[in-house]
Amino acid sequence: MNSLSPELMLQLTMLVPVLALAGILLTGRSENVREAVSVIASLIVLALVIGLYSTFKAGIPVEVSWFEIMPGLSLSFRLEAMGMIFALVAGVLWLVTIFYAIGYMRSHHEENQTRFYACFALAIGSVFGVAFASNLFTLFIFYEVLTLSTYPLVTHAGTAEAKKGGRTYLGILLGTSIAFFLFAILGTYFVAGTLEFTQGGVFPAGTSVAVGGTLLVLFVFGVGKAAIMPFHRWLPAAMVAPTPVSALLHAVAVVKAGVFTLLKVGTFIFGLDFLNTLPTTDALLYLAGASVIIASLIAMRQDNFKKRLAYSTVSQLSYITAGMLLATDAGITGGAMHIAMHAFGKITLFFCAGAILVTLHKTDVSQLRGIGWQMPVTMAAFLIGTLSIIGLPPTGGSWSKWFLLSGALDADQMFIMGVLLLSSLLNIAYLLPIPILAFFPPADGVARPAIKEAPLPSLLALSFTALMCLVLFVFPQPLYELAASITN
Amino acid sequence: MIEHLSVLQVIIPLIAAPICLLLRKSQLAWAFATLVAFLTLAVSFALLSQVVQTGPVSYELGGWEAPWGIEYRVDMLNAPLLVLISAISSLALMASRTSIENEIPENRHTFFYIAWLLCMAGLLGITATGDAFNVFVFLEISSLATYTLIALGKDRRALWASFQYLVAGTIGATFILIGIGLMYVMTGTLNMADLAQRLPEVENTKTVFTAFAFLIVGVCMKLALFPLHLWLPNAYAFAPSIVTTFLAATATKVAVYVMIRFIFDVFGFEFSFTHFPLQEVLLTLGIAGIFVASVVAIYQDNLKRMLAYSSVAQVGYIILGISFASQTGIMATLLHMLNHGLMKGALFLALAAVVYRMGVAQLSQMHGIASRMPFTMAAFLIGGLSLIGVPLTVGFISKWYLVSAALENGWWPVAAVILLGSLLSVVYIWRVIEVAYFKPVSESTPDVKEAPAALLIPMWILVLANLYFGIETSLTVGVSEMAAADLFGGLR
Amino acid sequence: MEFLGLFNYWVVIVLMMIGFYIVICSNNLIKKLIGLTIFQTSVFIMYISMGKITGGTAPVLADGITLYSNPLTHVLILTAIVVGIATTALGLAIVVRIHESYGTVEEDEIHAKDKQA
Repeated sequence: MNSLSPELMLQLTMLVPVLALAGILLTGRSENVREAVSVIASLIVLALVIGLYSTFKAGIPVEVSWFEIMPGLSLSFRLEAMGMIFALVAGVLWLVTIFYAIGYMRSHHEENQTRFYACFALAIGSVFGVAFASNLFTLFIFYEVLTLSTYPLVTHAGTAEAKKGGRTYLGILLGTSIAFFLFAILGTYFVAGTLEFTQGGVFPAGTSVAVGGTLLVLFVFGVGKAAIMPFHRWLPAAMVAPTPVSALLHAVAVVKAGVFTLLKVGTFIFGLDFLNTLPTTDALLYLAGASVIIASLIAMRQDNFKKRLAYSTVSQLSYITAGMLLATDAGITGGAMHIAMHAFGKITLFFCAGAILVTLHKTDVSQLRGIGWQMPVTMAAFLIGTLSIIGLPPTGGSWSKWFLLSGALDADQMFIMGVLLLSSLLNIAYLLPIPILAFFPPADGVARPAIKEAPLPSLLALSFTALMCLVLFVFPQPLYELAASITN
Repeated sequence: MIEHLSVLQVIIPLIAAPICLLLRKSQLAWAFATLVAFLTLAVSFALLSQVVQTGPVSYELGGWEAPWGIEYRVDMLNAPLLVLISAISSLALMASRTSIENEIPENRHTFFYIAWLLCMAGLLGITATGDAFNVFVFLEISSLATYTLIALGKDRRALWASFQYLVAGTIGATFILIGIGLMYVMTGTLNMADLAQRLPEVENTKTVFTAFAFLIVGVCMKLALFPLHLWLPNAYAFAPSIVTTFLAATATKVAVYVMIRFIFDVFGFEFSFTHFPLQEVLLTLGIAGIFVASVVAIYQDNLKRMLAYSSVAQVGYIILGISFASQTGIMATLLHMLNHGLMKGALFLALAAVVYRMGVAQLSQMHGIASRMPFTMAAFLIGGLSLIGVPLTVGFISKWYLVSAALENGWWPVAAVILLGSLLSVVYIWRVIEVAYFKPVSESTPDVKEAPAALLIPMWILVLANLYFGIETSLTVGVSEMAAADLFGGLR
Repeated sequence: MEFLGLFNYWVVIVLMMIGFYIVICSNNLIKKLIGLTIFQTSVFIMYISMGKITGGTAPVLADGITLYSNPLTHVLILTAIVVGIATTALGLAIVVRIHESYGTVEEDEIHAKDKQA
């Protein structure tokens, strides 16, 4: 890897998935070759991301500019701490998910698998575009590519329900992004004259707080991928997708692209100081808080396993949005860390849900009693994931929650403190019973069934992510350093 | 040679048309017409480069000095439009031989090329001339040729559409004629530059007001501004596909050009926007057109008709740019004229390919068609994205400037309207994408092959132009910027 | 006096409105074309009459005459008349084709047939 310049590596993170896309389409006839292409591509990308990380740690600035469309409007990329976190998370989890998907898709006998892997590769490529974008315009382009490339994944099953879900998905994401997000971008360009992500924000001193406040509202609602209420409905709707999609894209890539965008906008477009003076910040903060609580309450009432997880995601995403709106260093740090922590936790939960689906064909929470005896590894992993989402030691989730709490304390937002604590309790109420019930003895008179675990590649994948939740508790240092360096 | 360029631009196709009549064979006529189109394209490029280098080119027809003789005047405003017309015409003609095979009976092919060349000569003439009455003459030449071309459509409804257009078009042209006559009465001149100098002396008379009103209404008829657009959807839907391609990409643009020329150059900015509620009228009608036509487009099954309604909506954007009455606004208008020509050209060529293979372009028969005609549908997809205004396509560039112009005026709601309009276009384009790409091939899908290269090559040239000018904007933006500056700097 | 002095314009307006009315209200395509022709003709008359200058003679250079009528409008309208004839001819040709394929030249019947199809 040393022979490659960091600039080239950065571009390759986006180009390799696109090449993989072509490779997958060409080799679609033979599933072994096709999946080998996916695996190799994801290995290369992971190596590239790690290479970039070492470059970044060495403090070498990496900047690439493709072309300039209009003055101040260019397609260019830059390596930066927050993007690095996002890219690392996406890079690691893509590889893991590919392994998981191979086991899942084969044992589930899905059709159109070539299209599945192709769109998957394209989606990941655009995630890196989002992560490394050095201005809002570039970010917006890849944000839209991500939306479009995941649409075929959502409607993969081809059933009427899948199409309905796909329409909601596309309608809300495209609708908000064009009506609000693009409008906010244009407004920002008009007011500030630039869209470049700049430390401390781009708005000139003396920008009217009314304009700034309006733009903030447009941004928060426009980035539909952050799933703040009332624009959250696409996420449960997207759960009709195959589980690997829900796992990587709708627990990690797509939704994280949303909150990542918000963090970027808050830190580098508005700047924390300006954010603090805006009249709408607090209102949006309360909305995010309400989103956290309401989504948790809805999650409690969902019996469909994946829908429950989806609402849990909605609630967790608003943590990160709230972290940005707190407009304190600790809030941003906590938000950025939560991107990674929640990713590992939630993907574990989704992997488990999918594993249960393919092995035991169970989709509802109420059917899960006693299955811990059949799938002990899966349910153990599930327990760890649950703890991480709740934010309990010994899992990584406890760190990010800690920083979010201290961010709320810095900002004197007792309301958010209360929300965070209450939501932890709610998390316990709707998630923890699942693994506990799973290890209950089966109903009287039923013999304890034999062990029947998920396909091996899937099992390895979910064990790995569960393990990562624990590792991140013990070694949060590298992640923390990255997250803390965002605001300096 | 060089000094005759501006008249050659018009004369070449005009003379070529009767020559075509001598070449009875369809193949020969096609080869000749295409050659002529490329020749005019070369001329228009030469003109553009000359205008960019040395400023406006003026030509006195027959050696009669303006304002007595007829002047041809090519400047930054019309030079790019000349390029657009001849470029689209050349590309469409390349594809025409294949495209009309199934749509027009063999014995009418020669007439088709004659009418095409006349139409092209008319459009180029309107654009190049500097004489108000000459505008009317060329307008009628192009219109008569257009009615003929539309009537050549396979469906018998094409005849009815052509008749409707003939009536509407003639009324519009007659209105323009009245306007020109009244201006002549007041000033005694027909030369545009001369008119611009003399009109201010008499600008506070009822006659000049009337002239202006007749002219604008007449032009709005030709450019299909909502609610005067009723002739357009039928005409575009039932004309032979390749004709629709040509007309959609050029004809309305030329009418818009006439409007801009009269509003900003001949009558002058001050007159047009202070004595008349022009701003309010254009703004209201533009917005109404965007919404009504986009919504109607969503419910169309015939894709040619859908894109026709979309054209009406796009005219709304173009008019919106004029209504801003600012330099950025007019620049956005000019840019969108060129860009819309590129995107509609690509989209209609893709539909021409679909019609060539399937006989019709009904959405209900296109389930999973993308697997059968991948290149055609990919072209449609990119053209559609451009129509929506997705970044990296030309559509984004012009929408960007439109919104900037709206914000510059402080019209935030209008900027929001433009984006909402884009959202509506997402809906109607996505309907097609969903059916073509994500529906499985059904029994009602005809068993067809990919379109022949004769259609694919011009189609993809336009598609690539959509992408190229969406990324490398210095040429289009630069030219529009200079033209807008001329309009505002010179004759304010 | 003022009113009568401008009588040529009144004629133009009346003719124009008659033509316009026929175009809009008649159901028969031939009648529509007749209306269209009347509509155009009114404009021809407008052009022709406005070239006339009171007391002016035909614009042929001759000794002792200083006031000529303006010939340019007449020349212009010659062109417009040619255009008008071409339009009418084309319109009639289309009507003939419509009659061939629909078997009628009445607008409502054409619509009815299109609906059926």
